[in-house]
Amino acid sequence: MVPLSWYIILSAVVFSIGVVGFFTRRNLIMIFMSIELMLNSVNISLVAYSHYLQSMRGQVLVFFVIAVAAAEAAIGLAIIIAYYRNNPTIKVDEINLLKG
Amino acid sequence: MDMSSGFSLLSIRPIVPELTMICTALILLLLDLIVKKKEVVAVVGIAGTLVALYGTLRLYGFSEPLTVFSDMFVLDGYSNFFRLIFYLNVILTICISLRYMVIEKASFGEYYALLIFATTGMMIMASASDLIVLYLGLELMALSTYILAGMMRKQPRSNEAALKYFFLGAFSSAFFLYGISLTYGLTGTTNLKDIAASLQTLNITGNPMVLLGLIFMIVAFGFKIALAPFHMWAPDVYEGAPTSVTAFMSVGPKAAGFAVLGRVLFSAFGAMQIQWDSILIPLAVITMATGSIIALAQTNIKRMLAYSSIAHAGYMLLGIIAGTPGGLASTANYLMIYAIMNIGAFAVVIMLRREGFQGENLDDYMGLAKSHPVASALMLVFMFALTGIPPTAGFIGKFYVFMEVIDAGYTYLAVIAVVFSVISAFFYLRVVMYMYMRDPREEVALATSPSMNFALAVTAVMILVIGVFPSVLLDLVKFSIPGLL
Amino acid sequence: MVKYILIPLLPFIAFVINILFGRNHIKDKAHWIAVPAVFASFILAVSAFMDVLGGKVININIYSWIVSGDFNVSIGFLIDQLTAVMLMVVTSISTLIFIYSIGYMHGDGGYYRFFAYLSLFVFSMLILVMANNFLLLYFGWEAVGLCSYFLIGFWFHKKSAADAGKKAFIVNRFGDFGFGLGVILIFLTFGSLEYVKVFENAGSVAGQTISILGYQFDTITVICLLLFCGAVGKSAQLPLHVWLPDAMEGPTPVSALIHAATMVTAGVFMVARSSPLFNLSASAMATVAVVGGVTAIFAATIALVQNDIKRVIAYSTVSQLGYMFLALGVGAYTAGIFHLYTHAYFKALLFLASGSVIHALHDEQNMQKMGGLKKYMPITYWVFILASLSISGIPGFAGFFSKDEILWRAYLSGGLGRFLWFLAAAAALLTAFYSFRLIYLTFHGKFRGTPEQERHLHESPPVITVPLMILAVGAVAAGWVGIPPIFLEHADRIGEFLAPVLGHPAGEGSHAEELAVMGISIIAGLAGILIAYIMYIRKTDLPGKLGAMFQPVYRLLYNKYWVDELYGKTIVQPTLKASDRIILGFFDAKIIEGIVNGVPALIGAFSRRFRTIQTGLLSSYGLAMVLGAMFIIGFWIFLR
Repeated sequence: MVPLSWYIILSAVVFSIGVVGFFTRRNLIMIFMSIELMLNSVNISLVAYSHYLQSMRGQVLVFFVIAVAAAEAAIGLAIIIAYYRNNPTIKVDEINLLKG
Repeated sequence: MDMSSGFSLLSIRPIVPELTMICTALILLLLDLIVKKKEVVAVVGIAGTLVALYGTLRLYGFSEPLTVFSDMFVLDGYSNFFRLIFYLNVILTICISLRYMVIEKASFGEYYALLIFATTGMMIMASASDLIVLYLGLELMALSTYILAGMMRKQPRSNEAALKYFFLGAFSSAFFLYGISLTYGLTGTTNLKDIAASLQTLNITGNPMVLLGLIFMIVAFGFKIALAPFHMWAPDVYEGAPTSVTAFMSVGPKAAGFAVLGRVLFSAFGAMQIQWDSILIPLAVITMATGSIIALAQTNIKRMLAYSSIAHAGYMLLGIIAGTPGGLASTANYLMIYAIMNIGAFAVVIMLRREGFQGENLDDYMGLAKSHPVASALMLVFMFALTGIPPTAGFIGKFYVFMEVIDAGYTYLAVIAVVFSVISAFFYLRVVMYMYMRDPREEVALATSPSMNFALAVTAVMILVIGVFPSVLLDLVKFSIPGLL
Repeated sequence: MVKYILIPLLPFIAFVINILFGRNHIKDKAHWIAVPAVFASFILAVSAFMDVLGGKVININIYSWIVSGDFNVSIGFLIDQLTAVMLMVVTSISTLIFIYSIGYMHGDGGYYRFFAYLSLFVFSMLILVMANNFLLLYFGWEAVGLCSYFLIGFWFHKKSAADAGKKAFIVNRFGDFGFGLGVILIFLTFGSLEYVKVFENAGSVAGQTISILGYQFDTITVICLLLFCGAVGKSAQLPLHVWLPDAMEGPTPVSALIHAATMVTAGVFMVARSSPLFNLSASAMATVAVVGGVTAIFAATIALVQNDIKRVIAYSTVSQLGYMFLALGVGAYTAGIFHLYTHAYFKALLFLASGSVIHALHDEQNMQKMGGLKKYMPITYWVFILASLSISGIPGFAGFFSKDEILWRAYLSGGLGRFLWFLAAAAALLTAFYSFRLIYLTFHGKFRGTPEQERHLHESPPVITVPLMILAVGAVAAGWVGIPPIFLEHADRIGEFLAPVLGHPAGEGSHAEELAVMGISIIAGLAGILIAYIMYIRKTDLPGKLGAMFQPVYRLLYNKYWVDELYGKTIVQPTLKASDRIILGFFDAKIIEGIVNGVPALIGAFSRRFRTIQTGLLSSYGLAMVLGAMFIIGFWIFLR
């Protein structure tokens, strides 16, 4: 039996990777995937807690998170495409029309 | 989750306004396919909102909070008061959008549907008594506003605004979820009341992991209400988004963010007030400073109003820092007033936008008083209100927040806030000065419409009425948020 | 209760209607809105006066604007004897001047604007006198000031008018700053701003001290002096009198209503209203008396040699206000208010009559270019004579009773008061002299203007002369309510009426003394008239000779003691040089611009520096969020 703390540490590590990825990656898609990593790290910990606490709430929330993440992916990719049509780049450090 | 309590049609009464809004939004989507005229879509949208408003008013009088879905959703005075802000926000936004979206060539039927969806999300947030529902409401609101920000598909600035808003919003949602998971793991529940109970029974109010979960949630809420240093998205998004959406975003998500921040902190983490107070106090000070100071250097009025909205978030936070029901009531009161004056100001900004003329620069306001005395007078009222000069409503908003924070023993915060209000007067009154004391450089024509005039009249009158008869609003706030939650 | 609320509300409604619809719809019919409104409020004021006369004192809180804990800001009216007198003065004179303005302002491009501002002024003034707390008083105080600046600069395209408006604004800032501080200090000391509560507790605060820069000062004295600062500014006393003569750039009805009869007396009213506080501070009272007495003679000497008809009357106003403060300072509040009341009539009359003259001469104000108008303008001439007799203190006329009461009370108070009495009696002689100098120069002798002007000389229309005649009745008879007991027992009606609020003045004197004091002032008045007669009718070359003989004195007076130049050299220019960015702003409507661009230059530099944090890059925004979160977490979880 894998103890709870391992899951939690895994979750924390994956979340941190996602966070670091968010501001080190230059490609929009990679940043987007970093966010997905963060969301899924949360899913890991939620399921682990849910199992540990023997309560269904965590798993219910996981389903919601997955569903919302799907919607988010749809909208996010649509926004990226809309952006790409006007400015053919997905390099994040070239996106600074608005600043100051 | 306890499903044994059963589900009957009667028990959905508390969510009738939300259902009405959802139905309205769906009808709008369908209607858009059939009807060519967007005005019809807009009017139906307003009508649907009014029906929801009626529903809310019918539900307003209950002294006991109504709960539904196993205590996941609560309808009380607190959420009802915030609903009023949301209704006002969406109706006024639709009024000021009609002509503007045509000018921007972004007049799509789904625009109105999305506004209503976003509003529904806010309403759910205000009523959520469970973190799961809260998350759903938040995402419904957030996803809709991401699209709204990018509504002008052909304009790079709008694209960029949507992009930034989306990525940072998703980033902050992840923080929120991580906060939820920590809280859930340690307290074993996601229900706000049960969290409060668990904190007491398990005696873990001092546990650093609980605090970590709370901090993560504060980061996410701080993002929505644009608290420094989580505010960086706001100026860019406000500037790039269609102005009507900016008006909508600067009020709605902020109010919803404050609603959940207040409810989560007071109802779930009430026992940890010392901790969250000392987290929020530096945030409030930094927020007021950032907003007021950086706004001075702005030349784009939308961007200036964005920084102003950041500064206002700092003032509003003071009511929550006070940590009393009165303090929370003063924040709610401030939000209502802020909604009115901010939308009014944006309405004037929108009027300046015409085909081929951006009208967003401060220079475009030069000598406006000569060519358009009424519009200038209205802008003067809104700028005075945002500054907090009596007898406008802005003064009442600030005054009550400051009084509450002083009563709670944080006099120094009130002093800091007054200092920053004085600094903020410089950039608000600069607009007035440009309008009244400079010579016009070029003739500026205004894009007015009946609905725009209506919105302007309503906001200006409300600002003055609340300024002179504050008890009208204050009685409502006090009635809505008595002992709280 | 509605009745009392309507008194100030009616002029306000008139203001709103005229300002909203005046430009496009009402235009030259603006008086049909304003005059009935102010007349109706006069009728209501009379009715309120009757209520007070019947022994009723009204103190109502109409509306609590802000209630938060113990802090309560309410809009409430107090109508007691003092307010009732003020109500009568303000509404009656306003009504007459409104009617007069129909004729005087006829054909002016800003006709509706004029009536709108004037109505707003009446509203503000009524709020000022009816307030039952210091905050509302302060509101009215600032509001009348604002209207006054608008109206002084009414002909804003005329540079001198715009400058005069700004000058009035700036000079009044000094006084109002003190007044504002005084109100704040009252709140800090008493925890309330309501008259009733403040005056009730005044006694218990007596003797308390506050520390300013390490020195201990008597709290009440500090409060009173701060309040008096405001009065000095608003009522144009030394050393802040400089704005009032320049304010004559405004239309003549404005000079009459605001700068003679009502607004400038607000300072007198405020000090009288605060008499329970002033009574507790002998040094504040002495200050008031000295400032009043010195101003009375100072302004009178300047008036002797001025040639602009309105300026002579303006300096006369400053001087008469000095009398009122002298009365307040020696504790004779009733006498001060009595003089305020009589002065309102005869001074409004003088201004309106001079307006009639100016009108007939097509805006000529220099008396050296007038003369011989008697036969062209008989009504104007005769009302001028009546008003001048009144101001000169000739027995039987209104001015005599009130001025005599002041002189007698000053004399009675002894010591310093005796000296001030001497100054005031001397000023009485000067008053009579300059008043009749004005009449002789204007109405007697030969016409000295252009033949073109002479051809157009005519008496003013009835809409102007009828108000003059009504005011003339006031200028003669207004004083009959305050006949001193020495002539008629129980005829000092106004003194007895006001006594419940203002108390009886202290001091007793023998009848012989009283008659002697009275005799001296009558002689002074007659002597002044006689000298003027000799100099300007009999030996008309005498003024020139005297002027040449006493060249330095003449120039000193003609240049108004060079006070304006003194301020220019010592205050205005150095500040201009030191920080022309900010102060220059005051002078060419850049006041806000100066503050907006100048003061925050430092913060602006910060601002531009901080702006660069906002790089526009998504990654750095994300980083900022994470760093913020890390900072909080680090501080709270690891450092603690």
